[in-house]
Amino acid sequence: MEKFSQLPYFLSPASGQADRIASLTTYFIIAALFVLAVVIGLLIYVSVRFRAKPGDGEPKQFTGNKVVEGFMIGVPTLLVAVFMYLTIDTMANVMPAPAGNQRPDVVITGHRYWWEASYPGTKAIVANEIHLPVGRKLLVHINAADVIHDWWVPQLGAKMDAIPGRTNYVWTTIQKPGVYEGACSEFCGAQHAWMRIKVVAQPEAEFRKWVAQKEQDATTQLSASAQAGAAFFSHQPCGSCHRIRGTAANGNVGPDLTHFGSRKIMLAGLLENNPENLRKWLTEPQHVKPGALMPRFGYPKDSITVLVDYLTALK
Amino acid sequence: MITDVQLPEPKTPLPGATVNSDQGLLMWISSVDHKQIGIMYMIMTLFYLFVGGLLALLMRVQLMMPENTFLAPDSYNQLFTMHGTTMIFFVLTPAILGMAVYMVPLQIGANEMAFPRLNAFAFWISFFGGLLLYFSFLAGGAPDAGWFSYAPLNQTQYSASPGIDYYCIGLLLSGIGTVSTAANLAVTIITLRTPSMKYKYLPVFVWMVFINAFLILAAFPSLNAALAMLLIDRQLDGHFFNTDAGGSALLWQHLFWLFGHPEVYIVVLPPFGVLSEVFQVYSRKPIFGYPFVVGSGIAISLLAFGVWVHHMFATGMGNTVNSFFAVSSMLIGIPTGVKIFNWLGTMYGGSIRFTTGMLFATAFLVEFTIGGLSGISFAIVPIDWQLTDTYYVVAHLHYVFLGGSLFGLFAGFFYWFPKISGRMYSETLGKWFFWLFMIGFNMTFFMQHILGIIGMPRRVYTYPNLAGYSLLNLISSLGAFLMGGSMLIFLYLLYDAIKRGKRAGDNPWDGYTFEWLTSSPPALKNFTILPPVYSFRPVHDLNHPEIGDYQKSDEEKYGTKDTD
Ligand code: HEM
Ligand SMILES: [Cu+2]
Repeated sequence: MEKFSQLPYFLSPASGQADRIASLTTYFIIAALFVLAVVIGLLIYVSVRFRAKPGDGEPKQFTGNKVVEGFMIGVPTLLVAVFMYLTIDTMANVMPAPAGNQRPDVVITGHRYWWEASYPGTKAIVANEIHLPVGRKLLVHINAADVIHDWWVPQLGAKMDAIPGRTNYVWTTIQKPGVYEGACSEFCGAQHAWMRIKVVAQPEAEFRKWVAQKEQDATTQLSASAQAGAAFFSHQPCGSCHRIRGTAANGNVGPDLTHFGSRKIMLAGLLENNPENLRKWLTEPQHVKPGALMPRFGYPKDSITVLVDYLTALK
Repeated sequence: MITDVQLPEPKTPLPGATVNSDQGLLMWISSVDHKQIGIMYMIMTLFYLFVGGLLALLMRVQLMMPENTFLAPDSYNQLFTMHGTTMIFFVLTPAILGMAVYMVPLQIGANEMAFPRLNAFAFWISFFGGLLLYFSFLAGGAPDAGWFSYAPLNQTQYSASPGIDYYCIGLLLSGIGTVSTAANLAVTIITLRTPSMKYKYLPVFVWMVFINAFLILAAFPSLNAALAMLLIDRQLDGHFFNTDAGGSALLWQHLFWLFGHPEVYIVVLPPFGVLSEVFQVYSRKPIFGYPFVVGSGIAISLLAFGVWVHHMFATGMGNTVNSFFAVSSMLIGIPTGVKIFNWLGTMYGGSIRFTTGMLFATAFLVEFTIGGLSGISFAIVPIDWQLTDTYYVVAHLHYVFLGGSLFGLFAGFFYWFPKISGRMYSETLGKWFFWLFMIGFNMTFFMQHILGIIGMPRRVYTYPNLAGYSLLNLISSLGAFLMGGSMLIFLYLLYDAIKRGKRAGDNPWDGYTFEWLTSSPPALKNFTILPPVYSFRPVHDLNHPEIGDYQKSDEEKYGTKDTD
């Protein structure tokens, strides 16, 4: 039995918004358990008390009772009224409309099957591992590049659909540094299961440092093998789908690879980022993540080796 | 005392009269008799329940452990799409139609449906719709975008196999059947009631079917239109939902849920009616609050059209829109929830027999309450923002569809089985089936509430090994197999009852409504004479004259003043 107390998500909200939602949920669960207990209690009572016994005649035939019916309608109506108030109040708090021209702190774009984050006002664009600062009320814009996806990091608050042709938003005020996991929550095709999210929340200063680093173009300090990889990369179709800033590669179908070597995960959470996994992926992408939009190219072994060296060097 | 009798439609010849049993299969295929058509619906339903259940078991094998590779992602996506589509359109919808087509003429004292040939047409076109949908497996791949098939994933550039075209055509055909039958049922109830059966004397089941017919007539056209538009997009390069060409992804959701939400009530209102009959007869008391039960059915059917956006709270429609639909969604919870207390009130003071049918009915009270409460949690918008599209929804929808609709249908099935087959079933087998099914059901789906709360999205073919995931999924899969196993007992029970069951006699449960006046199974011509109707349980009045409702004032009959 795993430690349920350690299950994150609802039980340990990490943002002001998730916190509000969690307390509303708690009230609801209490009310729901109460209603359920009343129903089960009554059911057990009548089932035991009024079970037919041999020799019973027809019971007294009655068809209603005004007082009971009044309670039947009154009590649920009252409960509903309370929750309507709490609902509308919490909505206003969690999802107030932003000022028309407010610049978002981060723009998230859902792709099949990975996430892109860009930070307006900076040049930083990253994939899947998304860093955010703590202690500040962040406006997050959410878009989609192809089909509908859904941004959901349970500990950080409301989920929101990423819909092509439309910009949605959520707010989040992250309270403590940490790594928060999430997942795409709207079915988006073959690899919907592996479209997970990792948010790294950091103190403001660390976050700024991270952004500054991500603003850099790709490194040019490469070993001989990595240089061979770079040359190989530039002559193959890779760049039509991937971007490596500072080179001619400028695609946007697949994740940005400018700083690939500094990522902990690859393939939106499917694998840990290490040379061995990368080699597997480059050799047989459709085995590793069937249905992902990267074709198998069938490169020889040594080309893969230099490619791996190149990509891992991109810190 | 009841004296005068009435003849149902004395002069009309029966359209089914040319059918007879030495024609074998041809008798069934050519039949326009409402009872035979009802039985065919039920067989079709049962068949698809097994098919859909099998698909679910395959899914549960895949999800039994993290990062399993039993199924490829593509196959898994086809399976869950076909599972959902099958269960909604080819199990629950035809099941309620089948029961209604079989029982409504009997309960209102008629010998036929208003349009017997339309009735047969509707069945067969639904039947072929289902075949066509399943043909997609052979034709290049089943649909794979989910039963609600969201745009733009349903467009050719994102789902190139012809599966979704089959989805459109299959559902359109069965939709035509559903709408025809709804019209047929409404007209039947309006025109063919035995003359003394006023609306206030309609059995509760008939009331629910009546209300439901209008719900279908209003809801299905929205689906049929959306499907036609989707077909135009896919086949003729239309741009309704194609976002790459300027179409709207949300338009599909609005059209779909304008049908889809009422559909949820479409498949639950008739089971509400069934349960009302079951609770009355097995508690030996009239339903508690008849006018309320009927009135709340009407309220639900009207409100059902004002709540569709609660499936779209996470699409960014803004707080004003969301508040409106949150309020309407919570409101609809009240008449639905209060019905639970009507049934408890019916049991209160009764003399209750716990047959298999009654066990399903009582279990329904608990399962449906759980499903209803989790439903309210989605009306509370901020909770929806966390939980929609997670396994919590999967738990919720199964508590409503399976613990609600299907339990209600099972209750009705066991209640009416002696009437339809002329045989009694074995209560021992029935109870084994009930308990295993019920335990399996709760094992499978209760866990999924927690899975959703701890962050597992739905429609994933696999999941990482996070805390709690593997254990809860394993329990859920084992429960599914328990449920699947219990269905085999159900099959054996049917076989045993038809082969060896005792003769049932006309009225084995001492039932209250007109179907119990006919022979079991009813003859081709249901009725030759009928007693006049003075209350909503005429056969009770006939069999228990000393306490019959006909002696009472409306006030005593219904618990409220009622003039008409
Ligand atoms: C053995 C019994 C059943 C099992 C184990 C089962 C299991 C499942 C599973 C694993 C899913 C996929 C959840 C997801 O990822 O979204 C699902 C979806 C669904 N099930 Fe069932 N199910 C069962 C019976 C039923 C029944 C009886 C009905 C209705 C009558 C039903 C209706 C649905 C619907 C409508 C969906 C949604 C499909 C979609 O997302 O497109 N299920 N079920
Ligand atoms: Cu996605």
